[in-house]
Amino acid sequence: MVKPNSSSILAVPFALVLALFFVLPLLLVVVVSFWDYTEYSLIPDLILMNYEELFYGCFDWNEGLCTTFATYLSTFKYVFLTWFLTLGIGFGVALYLVFCVQSLKMQIVLFLVCTIPFWTSNVIRMISWIPLLGRNGIVNTGLMSMGIIDEPIEWLLYSGFSVTLGFVHLYSLFMVVPIFNSMAKIDRSLIEAAKDSGASAWQIITNIIIPLSRSGIMIGSIFVITIVVGDFITIGVLGGQQIASVGKIIYVEMSYLQFPAAAANAVVLVSITLLMVAAMMRIVNVRKEL
Amino acid sequence: MSKKTQENMAGLSRRSFIKGAGTLAAASMFGGVAPYVMSNEKKVLRYLGTAVNQDTKIGEKAKEDLGITIEYIPVTTDEVTKRILTQPNSFDLVDTEYFSLKKLVPSGNLIGMNANKIKEFDNIVTAFTKGEVAGKKIGDQGTAPKKVFYKDGENSKNFSSTPTEWVTLIPTVYNADTLGIRPDLIGRPINSWSELLNPEFKGKASILNIPSIGIMDAAMVVEAMGEYKYPDKGNMTKKEIDLTMKIMTEAKKAGQFRAFWSDFNESVNLMASGEVVIQSMWSPAITAVRTKGIPCVYQPLKEGYRAWAAGFALPSTIKGYQADLAYEFINWFLSGWAGAYLNRQGYYSAVLSTAQANMEAYEWDYWMLGKPAAKDIMSPNGQKLASAGEVRDGGSYEDRMGSVACWNAVMDENRYMVRKWNEFIAS
Repeated sequence: MVKPNSSSILAVPFALVLALFFVLPLLLVVVVSFWDYTEYSLIPDLILMNYEELFYGCFDWNEGLCTTFATYLSTFKYVFLTWFLTLGIGFGVALYLVFCVQSLKMQIVLFLVCTIPFWTSNVIRMISWIPLLGRNGIVNTGLMSMGIIDEPIEWLLYSGFSVTLGFVHLYSLFMVVPIFNSMAKIDRSLIEAAKDSGASAWQIITNIIIPLSRSGIMIGSIFVITIVVGDFITIGVLGGQQIASVGKIIYVEMSYLQFPAAAANAVVLVSITLLMVAAMMRIVNVRKEL
Repeated sequence: MSKKTQENMAGLSRRSFIKGAGTLAAASMFGGVAPYVMSNEKKVLRYLGTAVNQDTKIGEKAKEDLGITIEYIPVTTDEVTKRILTQPNSFDLVDTEYFSLKKLVPSGNLIGMNANKIKEFDNIVTAFTKGEVAGKKIGDQGTAPKKVFYKDGENSKNFSSTPTEWVTLIPTVYNADTLGIRPDLIGRPINSWSELLNPEFKGKASILNIPSIGIMDAAMVVEAMGEYKYPDKGNMTKKEIDLTMKIMTEAKKAGQFRAFWSDFNESVNLMASGEVVIQSMWSPAITAVRTKGIPCVYQPLKEGYRAWAAGFALPSTIKGYQADLAYEFINWFLSGWAGAYLNRQGYYSAVLSTAQANMEAYEWDYWMLGKPAAKDIMSPNGQKLASAGEVRDGGSYEDRMGSVACWNAVMDENRYMVRKWNEFIAS
């Protein structure tokens, strides 16, 4: 006989793991963000200075954007671009795999093909763009030898373009997998019925497939958005370290032992990310639809 | 059983015996690791430092000569500082830079080094002890080693302005840094730091993205452009930081920089691929570009060099026997073989007399006296660095170290500077 509260007992181990490895460290970060510090020591305290310095000049509109706002604005630009492009690619690939490839075996083979780039490390996939896009890289020399351009194109590398390209390349699969998963669960008879009733392909996609793969789209979006918000390595490597990112600012502060300032930055970043995820969860109730 | 343990046994009191037995019992619970180390007295030194200075061959030679196994812990410059402050018991010997000392000494995590235990102490070059090269004063802006050379006691947290027997770091290696250029892509002489912001090199310049060093290079540029003369580039006021970063920000917005770098290898790739033709660089990076067969010059500039220096220190948690081992290793390091090795890499060793005895005459002439190479010059790893007849960039030791303008530094306004640097990157 199963007691009614057994499910909460079953959840205890996981709750403990979360409390120990997620909630506790996060609380520590919040606490440290109110501390004072010197070059060589942390001083337990309760001050707002780290937050004041973080938002220094942010509410003085004559001065232009402050560092923090400018950094977040630039980060959100890449978040939006990456989300938009990976969603398009991810949805397209999943649609093709699920509805255009007929045999299950072929579906699995093609799906595995998508994961091949993951056999090498993230950083290597990033760095391999550099010899391709550089001033004397393959793309530029190729275009020049074909006579299409006379001068090398400078904006291919160390620019917003290369950063976006890198993100899309690295994170498209995070969209493909959950969307593929939720599309595969769609009952084919629904689509047959729609076809019989005279629906066009476009109508089938917008009225049946998109609503029924909402949870996959949402999970993919959460993956991509949370990864890009905190990323600083891709932006560093492909942006030539000339483009600001919140992660890089935190990294620099950590390396100068300014842990409280880094903690304040992290608290703001985590809050914004949580708000975004919460907003997305409001649009689609992922738990209900899984 | 070694002599040392026998002495310990003789002096056993009942109390310490019980304590020892307890330790032994505790140790045996952990698989008997500790008793093994105690009885065998393996000579091991955990050496914390940056990867650039931790050469495998130096470790092998130390093992051969002294029987001491050197366990390298290679981390970045900033990480060395962080480790000393947060985990001083995780190493036995540390190799760190002088400019970090303003953070390290007040923490009390490093002990003063006993000058009397260093055989070659009196032969350490005057660039460290007096701030002189060949009797001539050199630039001392920033954290010049002579300013932070002595402490006023073994366990003191204060510097001493007058010589004492307690030294902060036993110097090992130092150099004078400048801009690296691609002469083949520039095609004209370069002789001033101001060329870094010359619009002629728009989109082809780079500076390093390590705030405390990057701002010094930036200050050299600002001064060379005639925009401002700093009383001390290594210790700017908030106003001076603002001015420096304003000039750099304008250049960045105008598209002067192709990229920034924070890792030695990135600077090599930027230069070798031709993305960048003029940038801040470190001497081993120049060597790395050249060994690929690509021309690259460590360009001497009329405003002088930005210098840095590193040395050995011991953590305050170190115990007697380990400390003796560390001193033995440091004395070996200054006794010539390692110094010659460093000189052949293009660095300078802290004791030149012993290094000279370990180098061939033609090597000494090339590296230290600035004479044309009588034979091909090889790196310690056997790669060719220069052909017969070539002259070292910047010339002799006296020419290069004699033209030092400032030293790597930690400013009083460091906190503000880091914030401003982040603003520069975000602009």
